[in-house]
Amino acid sequence: MTQAKDPAFVRFKGIEKRFGDLVAVQPMDLNIPEGSFVTLLGPSGCGKTTLLRMLAGLENPTRGDIFIKGKRINDTPIHKRNLGMIFQNYALFPHKTIFDNVAFGLKYRDVSKTEMKEKVEKALETVRLPGVGNRMPSQLSGGQQQRIALARAIVIEPDVLLMDEPLSALDENLREDMRREIDNLQMELGVTTIFVTHDQREALSMSDKVVVMKDGFIQQQGEPEEVYNNSVNHFVADFLGHSNFLAAQVKTTRKDGIYEVALADGSTCLASPVGDFEQGEKAEIVIRAQKMTLGYQKDFVQEEGMNYFYGKIKDRSYMGGEVSYFVEIADGQLLHVINFVKRSPYRRKDEVYIRVDPFHCRLLKQ
Amino acid sequence: MKEKPWKPWLLLSPSLTAVFLLLVIPVCFVVVYSFWLRAPSGQDIPAFQFGNYAKFFADFFYPVILLNTIRVALETVFICLIMGYIPAYFFYRTESRLKPFLMILVMLPFWISFIIRTLSWINILGDSGLINHLLLKSGLISSPIPMLYNEGAVIMGLIQYLLPFMILNIYVSLDGIDKSLAEAAKSLGCTEWQAFREVTLPLSMPGVSAGCLLVFVLTCGTYLPPMILGGPGNEMIANLIFKRVIGTLDWPFGSAISVILLLLLVIIVYTYNRYMGINQIFKSLSKG
Ligand SMILES: Nc1ncnc2c1ncn2[C@@H]1O[C@H](COP(=O)(O)OP(=O)(O)OP(=O)(O)O)[C@@H](O)[C@H]1O
Ligand SMILES: [Mg+2]
Repeated sequence: MTQAKDPAFVRFKGIEKRFGDLVAVQPMDLNIPEGSFVTLLGPSGCGKTTLLRMLAGLENPTRGDIFIKGKRINDTPIHKRNLGMIFQNYALFPHKTIFDNVAFGLKYRDVSKTEMKEKVEKALETVRLPGVGNRMPSQLSGGQQQRIALARAIVIEPDVLLMDEPLSALDENLREDMRREIDNLQMELGVTTIFVTHDQREALSMSDKVVVMKDGFIQQQGEPEEVYNNSVNHFVADFLGHSNFLAAQVKTTRKDGIYEVALADGSTCLASPVGDFEQGEKAEIVIRAQKMTLGYQKDFVQEEGMNYFYGKIKDRSYMGGEVSYFVEIADGQLLHVINFVKRSPYRRKDEVYIRVDPFHCRLLKQ
Repeated sequence: MKEKPWKPWLLLSPSLTAVFLLLVIPVCFVVVYSFWLRAPSGQDIPAFQFGNYAKFFADFFYPVILLNTIRVALETVFICLIMGYIPAYFFYRTESRLKPFLMILVMLPFWISFIIRTLSWINILGDSGLINHLLLKSGLISSPIPMLYNEGAVIMGLIQYLLPFMILNIYVSLDGIDKSLAEAAKSLGCTEWQAFREVTLPLSMPGVSAGCLLVFVLTCGTYLPPMILGGPGNEMIANLIFKRVIGTLDWPFGSAISVILLLLLVIIVYTYNRYMGINQIFKSLSKG
């Protein structure tokens, strides 16, 4: 059982898709490791669905090859690819019972009647809906229907499970539950899964690996923490979480790898660079809203090697455990700061200091 | 998504009022007329007697025409179904930008008078029509092939009248089917054809059954194609009614035939509805 996992179980090589003049997926390489949960994340129209549909065989790539388990599948028709697909709108067959829906894929495989019954029942148990076999899809709730769709996809023991925004049709609370459930199920079964979403929380909470896309290009891929904390460009930093961007110009580079940069108002700030910069180069600092700490002047002993901004609270919104502040600093720029409430939250018009470690001030190319 | 069974009825109420005034009341008149007597002088005498009905069933002449009508209607339905499903399915699947244009072409015949469309077949199929003319000219035949005034010509006339109804009914039904259903079926192991048979076809049945019923009922009540394109043996029941009422002005007998046809259609529609369920169409409407 301890066979090494294939790091390129699914492999896209130079894949590209054009619809007429429109390039939906720019030429790209992408490897999906065996047994992993990979999320394709990006705004609407960035080509996530198209990439998934090419793997499924529902769309032909304009160029490039797709491999599953090292075998090129470009010319394998969809019904021979052995993939489990889950659609946004569940796509259950409305004229068939739940049993027949789940058993559907088994009909086209070498499975005896009794074995089929066992497998369907087991799949229904796996999605925690035993005993609904005789009902029709329309008699189930949205969440239940999506679980049946899941059962239908896993019962055929697919090589890869493909999900295209499977949760977006569900309401908020249900989505959370289903998210956990899909995650657990995937871990239990160990099936390689590709999950498409434009919801960053889904992507960050579920995946082993996140692939951030924009305009058909892969922007960044990596573990959720990696992509979140070490966003490589403005788009990724902006798309994931709440980020602040400050225009900056590189002043000096220091030995410890921290750079001194000048901000728009002329003040100096310390930042950790992503990539190499030249002296005088125009760049941009990104700071996550959660990485900054607010305090009154008396709360802080100004430490060497830390960044401080002075500002005035313009606006705040209370979100339960934490508070979201908008602080106006020099030249009117607003910084978005999210802090846990310690004693009492800061108020509008309070004059505050913001402290941030240079490690969290990431210097990005413009 | 609460089901409101009365919703379609509410939406239908203006048309139901029109139907009542323009259809139900005249039908009542026809029923009353069918019991009247026709004096040898040609006068209609109010009465309540079943003589007109007895006359219809007195020998095989009229019932045979009725059966023929049903047979022709079934043949027409069958051919329209095959000929209609294919373009409807094409419209459902195509992503061509020409689709709206092609859909208009389907409806184009409605813009031309039915009589003219029917008559124009004479110019195409007649002894001196286009086809025979070309064949004669090219020397392939030496005398014109008789193509008109038989059942084939009647059915052709019926098809060109009724095909759009079939196409549109099937298309509406297909259009409501989520395309990802067939994709799901294929991802589970179906070939294109199996996915069609297992998913798309059964889900398009409401449209198919509505289209078939419509074509059947319309065929049973049509008199123009048999009159213009049919021969003496191709008379249908509507021609008979037409002749009685317009030709010999025998209103009571014409009315009786109408009532018989109406009853027969009601029985057929009712039975059909029980087994094929046009109610399904209502259900899907009220769910929306
Ligand atoms: N069949 C098609 N014909 C033409 N253009 C298409 C087709 N399918 C997708 N596109 C285009 O390709 C681009 C990528 O589409 P895709 O559906 O992959 O985006 P997506 O990332 O899944 O977006 P969303 O989050 O909205 O689902 C879009 O600009 C879209 O308009
Ligand atoms: Mg999509």
